[in-house]
Amino acid sequence: MWRYVRRRLVLAVLTFWAVSTIVWGLLYLTGDPVAILLAGTPAGQTDVEQLRHALGFDRPLPIQYLHFLSAAVQGDLGNSLRSGEPALLLVSRRVGFTVQLALLAMTLALVVSIPVGIVSAMFRGSLTDRTLMLLSMVGQSMPIFWVGLLMIAVFAVELRWFPAGGAGGIKYLFLPAATLALYPMARIARLVRSSLLDVLNRDYILAARARGLREALVVGKHALKNAALPVITIVALQFGYMLGGAVITETIFGWPGVGLFTVTAIHERDFPVVQAAVVLASGMFIALNFLVDLLYGWLDPRIRFS
Amino acid sequence: MREPPLLEVEDLRVEFPTPKGSVRAADGVSFRVWPSEIVGLVGESGCGKSVTTLALMRLVRPPGRFSGRIVFKGRNLMALSEHEMRLLRGGEMAMIFQNPMTALDPVFTVGDQIAEVFQSHPQLRTGDVRTAAAAVLEQVRIPNPRAQLNAYPHQFSGGMAQRVMIGMGLAGRPSLLIADEPTTALDVSVQAQILDLLRAIREKLHTAVILITHDLAITAQLCDRIVVMYAGQVVEASPTRELFRAPRHPYTRGLLDSMPRLGHKRARLEQIPGQPPDLRALPVGCRFAPRCPRAEERCRTEEPVLVSSGDGRYVRCHFPLEAR
Repeated sequence: MWRYVRRRLVLAVLTFWAVSTIVWGLLYLTGDPVAILLAGTPAGQTDVEQLRHALGFDRPLPIQYLHFLSAAVQGDLGNSLRSGEPALLLVSRRVGFTVQLALLAMTLALVVSIPVGIVSAMFRGSLTDRTLMLLSMVGQSMPIFWVGLLMIAVFAVELRWFPAGGAGGIKYLFLPAATLALYPMARIARLVRSSLLDVLNRDYILAARARGLREALVVGKHALKNAALPVITIVALQFGYMLGGAVITETIFGWPGVGLFTVTAIHERDFPVVQAAVVLASGMFIALNFLVDLLYGWLDPRIRFS
Repeated sequence: MREPPLLEVEDLRVEFPTPKGSVRAADGVSFRVWPSEIVGLVGESGCGKSVTTLALMRLVRPPGRFSGRIVFKGRNLMALSEHEMRLLRGGEMAMIFQNPMTALDPVFTVGDQIAEVFQSHPQLRTGDVRTAAAAVLEQVRIPNPRAQLNAYPHQFSGGMAQRVMIGMGLAGRPSLLIADEPTTALDVSVQAQILDLLRAIREKLHTAVILITHDLAITAQLCDRIVVMYAGQVVEASPTRELFRAPRHPYTRGLLDSMPRLGHKRARLEQIPGQPPDLRALPVGCRFAPRCPRAEERCRTEEPVLVSSGDGRYVRCHFPLEAR
């Protein structure tokens, strides 16, 4: 097990390093960063040269990269070109909101989708199953901006249960979380169902019944643990997307998360902030994947011992 | 053999509805098993062997349906509650499968899965479960049983995993063990060991065994009696020696002729022409008639019934073969 954990950890760190290098490199792929920054402004050649020197873009690329790396290791991803504040700090302030939103959304999604998937699989082909799967298909197909507007129209405007937007207590969190939860909820419910149906056809399920196990044990212990593996992958993936920022949801509800903030930074060509946002999001994504790998190893001995 | 049979199956039918009509996987299957007897259930793939034994344990899943009379140790299994039936499974009646690597749950230890048998049957709950589980592994000659309890299925070889399955089946001290192609997925060198183990179990524990196989050579080594199935029906049942010496049904004869045998110089093995019939579109009359070299007009119009010839042999044929 420890060998497995160590290998996964090394892999996670290497991935993180590779991602940050790519993020750094992308800046140069889009053309001269200074020219892009000054595009549309009446800047003369001397202004360009001055800014280039001030930002360190006149140094050779390897030096710039080493400088970026050594600063990054110390948690310095440069300062915002607009406000002058440290980029990482600016992004970090927003990350808390994003994490809150993602956590509540994923909790909602799981609380609904797992029981729905199990019930659908157990009563396959029944009216309940068909109704639930129809609903989940609808949920999976509805565009998120429309769901958000619908939520506002019904729960904020008509029923006045929740505020239509902004940030504050849990009251403000609920509608955006529900909106964000809908797609993964539908997707995970369908996946739980299909994964469980697949597992229920396996030999070891028949063998468990043949040795006299109660049906509750056959399904609740043997089938569920085996069916969990593919579900975990998708849950982690969806959660990762959420941590990267839910731009549309945040825009609709005016939620001050990292997604909307990053889009604004892109519009303002504030590349240190964009870099910080991408590096942080990918860092969380990689950490999440590492946790999933650990969970896999814990659940499946074939992975743990290989 | 004059004691009452351990298992009596009469007119067992198993049906699966499909969009193209219902499939009768077993159609009027009848046979008996006496205590501590090894009975071979033989036939080609899809002839209804496995489904018949699943029905015996009432493990045919919906939408599949089954009917008939199953009497086990004097109890009518069709009349038992699901709870009583569950206690019987893994208790007095156990089953092992073709591929032990897929029949063991990969994410639980072998010890855990053996312990489940004890935990699921109140009548077996005596003493320490781990000790009992280790004894199970010891019984099927797995070295170092206590340590092996913590191992996962993928850490065993196929042969060892099949021993684990057999041990698990024996944990409830069954009077009937159903073995569904227990050696088919194993290396040839391991097959003999597993067959030896089954023989030893019968000797020591007096467990009756229904051995499902498509390999007549295995039944010749192991079985007291053989039941031959074709297209969902029993076509012949006979003590092993008599069956091999003088098969009565042309299908049995075909199976024997397609089997390599020592001391018989034959240029090539015979094969039975054609395919088994589609169970959704069965021929009128005898189901084997389209492939039968001896078929006559009557075979194509009138369905034969299983008749006893009084010497413990049964055959379903209008024109059974005489001794060669």
